[in-house]
Amino acid sequence: MSEQAGAVMVVGGGIAGVQTSLDLAESGIKVFLVERRSAIGGTMAQLDKTFPTNDCSMCILSPKLVELSKNPLITLMTLSEVVGLEGKAPNFEVSVKRYPRYVMEDRCVGCGKCAEKCPSKVQNEFERGLNTRKAIFVPYPQAVPMKYCIDAQHCLYLTKSRCGNCQKVCPAEAVDFSMKETVEKINVGAIVVAPGYELFDAKAKKEYGYGYYENVVTSLEFERMLSSSGPFKGHPVRPSDHQAPKRIAFLQCVGSRDVKVGNNYCSSVCCMASIKEAIIAQEHDKNLKATIFFMDIRAFGKEFEDYRARAENEYGITMFRNARAASVSEDAGTKNLNVRYTSPTGIESEDFDLVVLATGFEPPSAAISLSKNLGIKLNKYGFAETNSYHPLDTSVPGIYAVGAFSAPKDIPQSVAEASGAAAKAGSNVFKSRISYRADEVTETNVEGQEPRIGVFVCDCGSNISAIVDVPSVVEYAKTIPNVVHVEESKYACSADFQAKIKDSILQQKLNRVIVASCTPRTHEPLFRSTVREAGLNPYLLEMANIRDQCSWVHMNEPQKATMKAKILVRMAVAKSRLAEALPTSTFSVNHTALVIGGGLSGMTAALEIASQDFKVELIEKEFELGGNLKRVFVEQDEKTGFQFVSELILKIGQNRNINVHLGTKIEKISGFVGNFEVDTNKGHIKAGAIIVAIGGHEYEPTEYLYGQDERVMTQLELADLLDKKSLDAKVVAMIQCVGSRTKDNPMCSRVCCTTAMKNAIKIMRTNPESTVYMFHKDIRTYGFREDLYLEAARLGAVFIRCKEDTMPELEREGDGLKLSAYDASLEGEIALKPDVIILSTGIRPNADNEEISKLLKVPLDKDGFFLEAHMKLRPIDFETEGVFMAGLAHWPKSADESIAEAAGAASRVITIISKEKLDAHSAVSVVDESKCRGCGMCEAVCPFSAISAYEINPGVMKYKTNPILCKGCGACEVACCTGAITCKHFTDKQIIAQVEACLEEDVV
Amino acid sequence: MSEFEPKIIIFLCNWCSYAGADLAGVSRYQYPTNARTVRVMCSTRVSPQIVLELLKDGADGVMVTGCHPGDCHYINGNYYTERRMEMAHRLLKLTGLESQRLRLDWVSASEGEKYAGVVTDFVKELKGLGPNPVHKDAKLASRLKAAVDASKNFRLKVLSSKEINLISKGNAYGEKINQQSVEGIMEQATEDEFKASLILQLTNKKSQSVKELAKELGEPTDRTIEHVVSLRSRNLLALDHIDGATPKYKAIVTGGA
Repeated sequence: MSEQAGAVMVVGGGIAGVQTSLDLAESGIKVFLVERRSAIGGTMAQLDKTFPTNDCSMCILSPKLVELSKNPLITLMTLSEVVGLEGKAPNFEVSVKRYPRYVMEDRCVGCGKCAEKCPSKVQNEFERGLNTRKAIFVPYPQAVPMKYCIDAQHCLYLTKSRCGNCQKVCPAEAVDFSMKETVEKINVGAIVVAPGYELFDAKAKKEYGYGYYENVVTSLEFERMLSSSGPFKGHPVRPSDHQAPKRIAFLQCVGSRDVKVGNNYCSSVCCMASIKEAIIAQEHDKNLKATIFFMDIRAFGKEFEDYRARAENEYGITMFRNARAASVSEDAGTKNLNVRYTSPTGIESEDFDLVVLATGFEPPSAAISLSKNLGIKLNKYGFAETNSYHPLDTSVPGIYAVGAFSAPKDIPQSVAEASGAAAKAGSNVFKSRISYRADEVTETNVEGQEPRIGVFVCDCGSNISAIVDVPSVVEYAKTIPNVVHVEESKYACSADFQAKIKDSILQQKLNRVIVASCTPRTHEPLFRSTVREAGLNPYLLEMANIRDQCSWVHMNEPQKATMKAKILVRMAVAKSRLAEALPTSTFSVNHTALVIGGGLSGMTAALEIASQDFKVELIEKEFELGGNLKRVFVEQDEKTGFQFVSELILKIGQNRNINVHLGTKIEKISGFVGNFEVDTNKGHIKAGAIIVAIGGHEYEPTEYLYGQDERVMTQLELADLLDKKSLDAKVVAMIQCVGSRTKDNPMCSRVCCTTAMKNAIKIMRTNPESTVYMFHKDIRTYGFREDLYLEAARLGAVFIRCKEDTMPELEREGDGLKLSAYDASLEGEIALKPDVIILSTGIRPNADNEEISKLLKVPLDKDGFFLEAHMKLRPIDFETEGVFMAGLAHWPKSADESIAEAAGAASRVITIISKEKLDAHSAVSVVDESKCRGCGMCEAVCPFSAISAYEINPGVMKYKTNPILCKGCGACEVACCTGAITCKHFTDKQIIAQVEACLEEDVV
Repeated sequence: MSEFEPKIIIFLCNWCSYAGADLAGVSRYQYPTNARTVRVMCSTRVSPQIVLELLKDGADGVMVTGCHPGDCHYINGNYYTERRMEMAHRLLKLTGLESQRLRLDWVSASEGEKYAGVVTDFVKELKGLGPNPVHKDAKLASRLKAAVDASKNFRLKVLSSKEINLISKGNAYGEKINQQSVEGIMEQATEDEFKASLILQLTNKKSQSVKELAKELGEPTDRTIEHVVSLRSRNLLALDHIDGATPKYKAIVTGGA
């Protein structure tokens, strides 16, 4: 079998493509990641912060990119494009066109000398044209791969055969102007398409003046302005005069929800993005005042409503509801901008210093060529066509679409889908799973030996040596006790120097190694693997960071920088003397998955896992499978939820890999990733990983005479009724946010607006005499759901906007019902005599959440749903390794979102149970039993529940660390009152030795 | 004579601050060379004992940096860092050494400029303060030694580690304690333990009377008597002899509290 057989191709290196690739590679599947640009990272790399946690975007993204670049199962193909496809799943042959970089990737060290000398300046697309870059460039400082690339259109040598500076100055001789474009054919079993999205061109909305008023910018431009690594170093200024703006207007729905430009859909993320940008801008400058103009604020995700409320109440951001801006005009003198908007009292206007346009999503520019080359269908807006019950499948079997390519969506949803697509793609190729492990090397035993330390000092081209006197550092290092070998290197990271380091270790019998160069954050893994290949335990390597934290930050003080470099080396030696070889222990993994909950999410996850030939134990506490969707009789894509669930139940029953346990309740869960032990009322189950998919439930209202008057029902009850007969009612009142967005329960339930639209459409289509009156606070039909809103409106539905704190009131009037409300748009009271009243009740967390959270020792969020490990990039993982979640257990969501997420959870589980063995962490804490007096302080501070008590004699407790759960933070060592705990690799002794070495006399 | 160059040790957590310091490099933000950095996995790894010991050994300044609250890679490690450094600061104030010599700051992986700014500012401040006088001031040295000893004390460790539980979950009896009263307890406990450690320091070399100790501690004799009684009951201090009518006490040397 050739290497490629059974591989998966991922098209697009944004966060979605990256996540799919990592999941597949982690489960032993070869991946070809094809990226059109010279580096991966996508749009997320351009963002400053992410809502609703205001996490720094680059900081959370960058580690994923580095992880990807190091994964031996992922072949990264940058500057590449899919140009043709033959065959069908699971045996495609994809033609990939590879454009020349003109820089040899294996030689370029990313020093940047070339760009310094390049005379050609080009608009910087990464900074959205706010500044310039050179014709030889890396798109952003943390780019992966960190390899320069020549922009052939703007290179003087390639266009006019002049210059060639870069080639002349490149110390690594990496520039090669003779590179040509090539086409490669690659065999894969499945394809995941994740090309992302483009932003709407704001110039098309002439009324806002983008492109001719200097101080009108787009939200992504503003994002770059806010970024501390952006063109203005994080201090936003007006483009016209570079003054700090004091009044900023954010205009929503620019190119979204706009029938005139043909983009009827909602772009789903812009409301939150603008709130975030407004908050960050006000945090930057306390005197800044942000105002947001919008129609509905669509804060439907987890903790979004709280974020919105904070923006209004704490930050004092002004929010003009139902006020899409009509136009913007500029004062030619001051370049200030006047925003005109509608209010209940008529047209009003206000002046601002800067206007930010929240430009909507459009299909990626590659959509049309991808559709042509892969044969996949696009929907009427040009996004990939998918189906509610198969949200990841394109029209071609074996090809999957994820991220913003299938609909506008935010990062966590894209990440969840990306994992889901990994499961789908994996099911085409799982038979070729590779059990990848680094070659085993016999380690030299260095215990008890006198330290023999080798120090390798890097010039980093001239990055270090131009400032720091490297030969003098080398001479000094030779004088430090225990140092027996010192060597200088042009590039310590180059392949040839790795061979030199290995030689020196063997010849000089070195038992410790120090590399004085750049940062261990990027290069420690490389040098660790080098020393390991020479038979040294990887923990016998230390690094001294004399570039990022020395030569680069003391460029004007070469003498002092040299002295500091010497001291940093001396400190590293001091730590190294005490370094210990740490064992890499492994433990075996149980290949069975446990899924808790037999609803839509649980069943979907179980089927996905089973389709890759793993065993699944599916636990359901009720005596039948099906969950909430079984009660949903709303039709979508020609099927009701009930019909779809019935099909799933049948499939589960026929699947030999799935073991269903009905009427089963969990009593105890112990163990850890790879080896969980679960006791239930029906017996004992062992599993390597767990999915929590226990769902949520519809809120049972106490409001609006529910349960007292049969004319009042919930949306679910209505759908049930509509499935059997048409509704005989002329005036139908629907009340949104019943039990949601209230003081007691401020969250938005995400799905109710859409459900209400579907039911309203069905009512009005089957009975043209009916009119639906919908009382709401905001209509939140995000994405393509907006089409339903438009359709309901077209059929004559009437929408009455209520205020945040005043919802309609219902009373009986004789035999009839009377509903009165305050209409915030008309600023007046209205009254209605409805024949029926439909309550849109939200989704509430499962009552069992608390119990399950205690059994699994995983957290709940403040609303009572399960709390994920990271709101953006680990949306279906728990912080606890080996435990995942899907569906309503996490947050209210629609069936298609639950299905994608469940497939995602399946993929996350497969990354664990597909492995034969897992590595235990090495740098963990160890408790000395003889010193431990059982006080439990360590247990109290351990964030990972890795420390637990055991009884050595009756009543005598001692504590010990479980090395599989410990992550080596060191909290316990500090808390320990008797010095019984040592946290390996960063021991107290090592830290004290390091700082003592620092306090010694200065060296000249 | 060349300008005074303070010796500074900066602890950087691996996930945020170390990355922030690297970013300062990548972005070429310049700052003085005085900072020598020590990488730890989490700022919570840095004990009050280590930072106080550094100041006792003559470091001019010590800075501990970590992820911003809520961003900790280890969930809540930096919460403990904050509480522990608060305790270290309290002890430092009791020694009489300028408490500005110990700094805690949050630097995220994206705050290269902030890191450079924080270091520059710290160097400037320390230059203003001048060299750490500990090597020229035996009394200060002894007080710093007492602070180091106190930082190892069981009660203080319990308080700084369990404070979060006392506030959010309550004590063994389920009684929740508010932030303010915890602060009060901490304040008192820190002072008591520092003074106890100092008494042991002073009586270690030669026996002392309560009056002599009170003068050294700068407090009324009745407070000192309380410390002496408590130390005697913990078997750490013994009556050495009676000088005239004045009892003199001496530390019982057992190898530390």
